[in-house]
Amino acid sequence: MIKKNTPKERRIILKHADDPKYSNRIDCYLREGGYAMLKKSFKMKPEEIGEEVLQSGVRGRGGAGFPAGMKWKFLDRKSGKPIYLICNADESEPGTFKDRQIIHKDPHQLIEGMMIAAFAIQAKQAFIYIRAEFFEGAKILERAIEEAKKKGFCGDKILGSNYSCDLVVHRGAGAYICGEETGLIESLEGKRPNPRIKPPYFPAVLGLYQCPTIVNNVETLCNVKHVMEIGGKAFSEIGKPNNTGTRIWCVSGHVKKPGYYEFECGALTLGEMIYDVCGGLLPGRSLQAVIPGGSSSKILRADERFSGKLKDGTEFDWGVEDIPLDFDGPMAAGTMSGSGGIIVMDDSVDMVEAMANINAFYAHESCGQCTPCREGSLWMRKITKRMCDGGAREEDADLLLSVANQIEGRTICAFGEAAAWPTQSFIAKFRDHFEDKAKNPERKKSSLQLI
Amino acid sequence: MNLSEDTIEQIDQIIPKYPEKRSAALMIIHLIQDEIGAIDLEACEWIAEKLEVQPINIQELITFYPMLREKPWGKKHLRVCRTLPCALRGSYATCQSLEKKLGVKEGHVRDDGEYSLEFMECLADCGEGPVVMVDEQTYENVDAEKAGLLADLLLKGKLDDSKKFISYEQALVSESKTKASVKSKSSKK
Amino acid sequence: MISPKNGKVVPIVLDGKDVEVPEGINLVEAAALHGKEIPHYCYHPQLSVAGNCRMCLIEMGTPMRDRATGESILEDDGSPKIGWVPKPVIGCATNVSPGMHVKTESQKVLDCREGIMEFLLVNHPLDCPICDQAGECRLQEFATDYGRGYSRYVERKNVKPKRTRLGPRVTLDDERCILCSRCIRFCQEVPKDDVLGFVDRGSFSTLTCFPGRELNNNYSLNTVDICPVGALTSSDFRFKMRVWFLKESTSICQESSAGCNTTVSSREGEIFRITPRRNDHVNDSWMTDSGRELYKSVRSSERISSARIEEESTTSDAALLKAIQVLKGKSLGVIGSCKSSLEEQHLLAQIAKKTKAKQFLRGHFGEDDGILLSADRTPNLRGALITGLTKTYPKDHLSALSLAIEKKQVDAIIVVGEDLLDSKVDQALLSNIPVVFIGTHENSTSRIAQVVIPSLTVFEKSGTFVNRAFFAQAFKQVVPGPAGVLPDLNILARILNGLVEDSEQSADINQIWEEMSRVRNSVLKEVSFSQLKKAPVLLNGSKWAELPFVEKDALHYQSSGKIKVKG
Repeated sequence: MIKKNTPKERRIILKHADDPKYSNRIDCYLREGGYAMLKKSFKMKPEEIGEEVLQSGVRGRGGAGFPAGMKWKFLDRKSGKPIYLICNADESEPGTFKDRQIIHKDPHQLIEGMMIAAFAIQAKQAFIYIRAEFFEGAKILERAIEEAKKKGFCGDKILGSNYSCDLVVHRGAGAYICGEETGLIESLEGKRPNPRIKPPYFPAVLGLYQCPTIVNNVETLCNVKHVMEIGGKAFSEIGKPNNTGTRIWCVSGHVKKPGYYEFECGALTLGEMIYDVCGGLLPGRSLQAVIPGGSSSKILRADERFSGKLKDGTEFDWGVEDIPLDFDGPMAAGTMSGSGGIIVMDDSVDMVEAMANINAFYAHESCGQCTPCREGSLWMRKITKRMCDGGAREEDADLLLSVANQIEGRTICAFGEAAAWPTQSFIAKFRDHFEDKAKNPERKKSSLQLI
Repeated sequence: MNLSEDTIEQIDQIIPKYPEKRSAALMIIHLIQDEIGAIDLEACEWIAEKLEVQPINIQELITFYPMLREKPWGKKHLRVCRTLPCALRGSYATCQSLEKKLGVKEGHVRDDGEYSLEFMECLADCGEGPVVMVDEQTYENVDAEKAGLLADLLLKGKLDDSKKFISYEQALVSESKTKASVKSKSSKK
Repeated sequence: MISPKNGKVVPIVLDGKDVEVPEGINLVEAAALHGKEIPHYCYHPQLSVAGNCRMCLIEMGTPMRDRATGESILEDDGSPKIGWVPKPVIGCATNVSPGMHVKTESQKVLDCREGIMEFLLVNHPLDCPICDQAGECRLQEFATDYGRGYSRYVERKNVKPKRTRLGPRVTLDDERCILCSRCIRFCQEVPKDDVLGFVDRGSFSTLTCFPGRELNNNYSLNTVDICPVGALTSSDFRFKMRVWFLKESTSICQESSAGCNTTVSSREGEIFRITPRRNDHVNDSWMTDSGRELYKSVRSSERISSARIEEESTTSDAALLKAIQVLKGKSLGVIGSCKSSLEEQHLLAQIAKKTKAKQFLRGHFGEDDGILLSADRTPNLRGALITGLTKTYPKDHLSALSLAIEKKQVDAIIVVGEDLLDSKVDQALLSNIPVVFIGTHENSTSRIAQVVIPSLTVFEKSGTFVNRAFFAQAFKQVVPGPAGVLPDLNILARILNGLVEDSEQSADINQIWEEMSRVRNSVLKEVSFSQLKKAPVLLNGSKWAELPFVEKDALHYQSSGKIKVKG
């Protein structure tokens, strides 16, 4: 688990994550210069902090990639209602495990980032919604908050100023839909986490208890601290234009050295990540497919080519290995970087079974509020399960695609797209596997059971 | 329903942290479930009264979330991740190995109530799959063979002290380690 | 709530046509106003918007404007370029705004509807042959209009509890439930009795009541009305009759002065059920459960089916003649009823006036629930005030009558429907004077009356009730009365003509309305029954504003505040 810094990594957020001498207690954090940015920010005006974050161009690291500074600008500050800040630590996207490292190993970074953000938006109270499976993580955070409170870094009259903001750790209970921002807000209110319809319930206007609320990912809020340290303009020069800062990529699946790696945006390509940083595939295997951004993103077939024009006008002609790892690169290739969870699949994988595994995940996690996702995700799971149990028919590929097309765009929240995109992309790129399943229902000897 | 004074005190401390009482529901349910193992109908009504909502509002939550239970799990509860990244590294074989060794099918509690097994969705540690959680400890890279060894140690009650299986939580750097290293640093000067 | 605000209108473009719609309404209502149906399940105009069935998906766009200059962007042919929202939007949650473009019939919208219909039917059991909702089921209707027409589903359907008892009057079939959440929102928002909820999640979500509790409030059957499918059914109506055999007639609930608008369903002279009718000013789309039970009184064992003279059965004509004979020339006491229609009360008031009789009236009172069961348990107390049947607010007893009989001011009485023993009138006093009873059901007075003339229930005649907010509402005949029973208007007109010289009172309802509206300073001026049959009319009740009305604030009703409200 303890890894050396691999070449070309730039560890800003995970600077101390693998340091055997770095503990998650406050004295260690203070020794390394912690909470200095909080003190600096409190000498500024809240709007100035917002401007720095906007200028830095930091985009949400939770999956949507929406610029955080702009999200803060949408906040309704005129309503007179209290403002809330929520940290989305409900990391449930399959393939993603970066927030775990931050919470367990360097929690004070998150607390400092949150307090700076809370001050910037003048929040009345801040919450950390952490998934319940992080038992130790919740305890670590609560202990860290107590330590920070004692030193005046959060809670009442922070740093002796007039600004008070209490930080509460709220545990979830094992639902993926609580990662959706309005689902999270409903869960925090103590109700079933059914996402809300937008419009009119945009969190920046009508969020927690119908008050303006900002929901940000753990990594995004940590970046706020580093933006204040490096400076908004300097931060925007890290990485590429519109893809600023560093990103933590989590690689899993059939590579020699899976794990978490932090790189500047666009500093390396997908091929360099898989073959250089992660040591390549297991011996004797070749690449079959890669899912670049958590299971909700569209899959990439190993022999695919992508060409077109980027936003800045440059033309590109890429193979899968050439896709740069930032926000816009995967998007140009027709997929998305999502939460940064790269899942590598080699040629031993039965794609229909992989699809069945993913469909079972979405069917299990659907909240059941709106018709297309509720019925469609379960239907897709039943089809792929039947296909893997030997009952595949030739028309199943078309049926799956049609069902997925009927879900996309018609649901209350983005879970519909998250459930539909894998199916659409698997059928688009591996249709031959699905059509073959009717003729060859048995699993290949070399492949693992996935459903 | 008999709750310990300690739990009731903790509950009474949590409720005022939230602007609205109902928000404390999940935290209170966790506390009660940790003590008595599950939330039965009586507990639902008690919680509902405490938070000034209807019992159906609490039951809606208990049945929605997989980690909240109406019937308790076993004394030791194991969770195996079944989602794609862990499945790609053999978590199905891991689960079957544990089923055999512990004598309980996934999703069930063993007849004597000692062990239960849950094959659940992504536990957010995909790089070190297959991931097995035993109560609150997360064990990584547990393939089918290692799962057998883990089960053996668990059955003998020797898992916590084992050097072969260090959980993610146990491996976190502790304060004593840093103090020791700081001492050695300063003594070197 | 979709009452349009302040009468302003907003121009939108609906399927290419420029139309004007009231401000503040959503697109489902706007399209309905122009004859276009946008199918929906979870939306209800009187409940909060949930937006979860996704059936009302439509395309929406707004004219594009240049970000820098604010000028409209134009197409090549000069028409404004429309920025269509890439994903379809739900009509029920989108309020109209000026310049909005809406497509309700494009290929994309039709595809959406087909898709949603298919998803709804995927786990829906094939229960139509045994389901009460058949014939008035929105799944059936929209599947026919917007569905694909065939099924592609070959997997196993989900199994859930069937025919569970949700409460004493409601039966639940979870497999049929499409999880629209109308019933849950209703229970939270109208009777404010939060007992229903969804348990489990995803496609296994199940509607349920907390074990040990039940859906028992006095508005539980409204959930059956608003359930778009046959998941919630009335235990009383279950398996009784197919809805396409039922004739629907409009009526008014006579349980209290709330005056809920109802639809009474009958077949071949037998009533099968009562359901509420929508009236945005009186009862929204709701009514009480207790009000629905009232149709059972039509065929109850206590019904008076034939006239009696001194306990001998006879014809109504003979009984009328005997009644006139018994009453003529005496000092009469007229005991009217707040349950009579406005026209009947007018005739009774005429009898009293022209025979210089003393008038007595009692009220029936109970607990006000603040919604649709008012404290005044009679439908037409205000009618009695308007027609002059009483000048003061009635008490809940008739001890004044006892006094009048003792003092020999009254030596013969006509009783319309009331139970005098229950009204604290001394039975011994009644045995000394002739009593003529006109009513529908036996009670202590009918058993001792000299002449008993049977009359018709509300369901068997037409008339008008004036509710607590002074709305005059007409009810129409639903089923014919028992053979040989005369309508109340006939009975009263003939008594009047028999008791008064040269009286030629007509029993025709329109004629009676002419007379009523001609009364000096009447609030019924310029109102006719044919007008009432089309829509209720709000009367001016200011004349009686100082009276101690017992009703409390309730749905669509502000009490006059004369009575001190306890607690």
